Amino acid sequence: MMKSAPLLIGLSVLSLFSGCSREKREIIILTGSSTVAPVVTDAAKRFEATHPGVRIEVQTGGSSRGIADALSGLATFGMISRDLKADESELTAHRFAIDGVGIILHQTNPVTDFSRQQLIDIYTGKVTNWKELGGPDAKITVASKAEGRATLEVFLGYTGLDSADIKAGVIVGENQQAIKTVVADPNAIAYVSIGAAASEAAGGTPIKLVRCDGIEPTNENVAAGKFPIMRPLQLVSHGEIPATARDFLDFLTAPENADLIESHLYVSLSK
Amino acid sequence: MLALLSGSVVLLIVWFLVAGALPALRDGYLPRLLFDEHWQPGSARDPQFALMPMLAASVLVTALAALLAAPLGIAGAVFHRFYLPKRLAVWNQRMLELLAGVPSIVFGFWGLTVLVPLINRLHPPGQSLLAAGIVLALMILPTIALTSQSALRSVPESQLLAAAGLGMGRFATVFHIALPSARSGIGSGVLLAIARAVGETMAVVMVCGNIAKFPGSVFDPVRPVTATIALEMGYASSSHKALLYLAGLILVLVTGALTGWLAFGKRNAGEVS
Repeated sequence: MMKSAPLLIGLSVLSLFSGCSREKREIIILTGSSTVAPVVTDAAKRFEATHPGVRIEVQTGGSSRGIADALSGLATFGMISRDLKADESELTAHRFAIDGVGIILHQTNPVTDFSRQQLIDIYTGKVTNWKELGGPDAKITVASKAEGRATLEVFLGYTGLDSADIKAGVIVGENQQAIKTVVADPNAIAYVSIGAAASEAAGGTPIKLVRCDGIEPTNENVAAGKFPIMRPLQLVSHGEIPATARDFLDFLTAPENADLIESHLYVSLSK
Repeated sequence: MLALLSGSVVLLIVWFLVAGALPALRDGYLPRLLFDEHWQPGSARDPQFALMPMLAASVLVTALAALLAAPLGIAGAVFHRFYLPKRLAVWNQRMLELLAGVPSIVFGFWGLTVLVPLINRLHPPGQSLLAAGIVLALMILPTIALTSQSALRSVPESQLLAAAGLGMGRFATVFHIALPSARSGIGSGVLLAIARAVGETMAVVMVCGNIAKFPGSVFDPVRPVTATIALEMGYASSSHKALLYLAGLILVLVTGALTGWLAFGKRNAGEVS
């Protein structure tokens, strides 16, 4: 019994391979940003329903992985939630949506507006008490994102800071953790995806999105390019794009599929 | 053959970690891990890689959890073995087994939404060494309680009867007969729990605050090694990634040493009995 186990495993693995080759399905692989992945997964389901011979695999691992996999050819497309950097010019970016990054506070916090300079002062530790911003006499809990998160990079791009300048009281990973931190601490400030924050606030979570440079953090303002802190959601490719993959790209930016992107609370850039 | 397979998996993992960490070792990052002041691997202006505050955080969080959980778990086991009526004892056991089966992310979620706001009212920000210690203590409590229970159960009945025959009360029996006799079993249970606590990640990431500095008090946020790996591994590239592998390798070595100590302790205990 013991001796036959490896043989059985080997046979079943072989049969898996033969199963694949017989059907001759085309596979599109996308890896990268966990912000982009849910939208692309939904789009992939709809695409597969109308294109029976195609299978689309979506894996997360952050924008950096998307870049690396697109370059190495492991993925057909990399998914990134930021702009391409100067040293990534080998890749071609295909932008299909925009996500705003908004500042959130606890609902009970009376502060309603931040200027860019105020955000810089708070995140570099120059301003440490809400009193200095017209709020209560309480110490500000500064929540920032962990190194490598696209949201952090967008925030750094907007404020012009280096990650070494940030004096955070708490460091968080995902948007949800940032939101929970603000819920748990009435004196906390955090920056998260506007889509995520707006849907949480609409669902009754005691947080609020505040104005930046006097601009309301709404999807309309993000779409119009008025809201100052934002990031593009894009696919990146390296070299020639296969025909089916090109179809998927067109599918993603088609007006009739804009509802998919909007259902994830991002701003669609459909042509 | 299967045993050999599982043994080689461990070697494979260590080899994988060494291979991943090699670029960092080759480029001379080891002294930087020891002597840098901050952890800011993504900084363009001044990248720094201080590992010591994180190792300290791993040790402190684990120690705090063990300090909280060990007395509770052992006392609970004594109560379970010598004081609780049989029917209630069965339920107590079930509850502990249930607690042991709760996924760590659930503990983290509970910690972030219930425990952290409470600590925040005492002393902001709430995400802290204390929060991580309490959550971890809850997670390792069943391990300590259940192993202590079985250690107490294996105290020979004849010894307990002899104590009763000598006219010793229940309290004296527990403290002078049962606990000394079950000491090594309880001790290895605590070590097992500590080994788990060192490596625990998901729950800790959510409540520890993740600031890579030496904490000044239990209310300061900390960042254990595992938290750093969980937060940054998916996003790291080149030397940053190699450094995370190196941090993982160091942690595996620490846990390995702990398990080695455990096995050594077990063998000694075996010789005694």
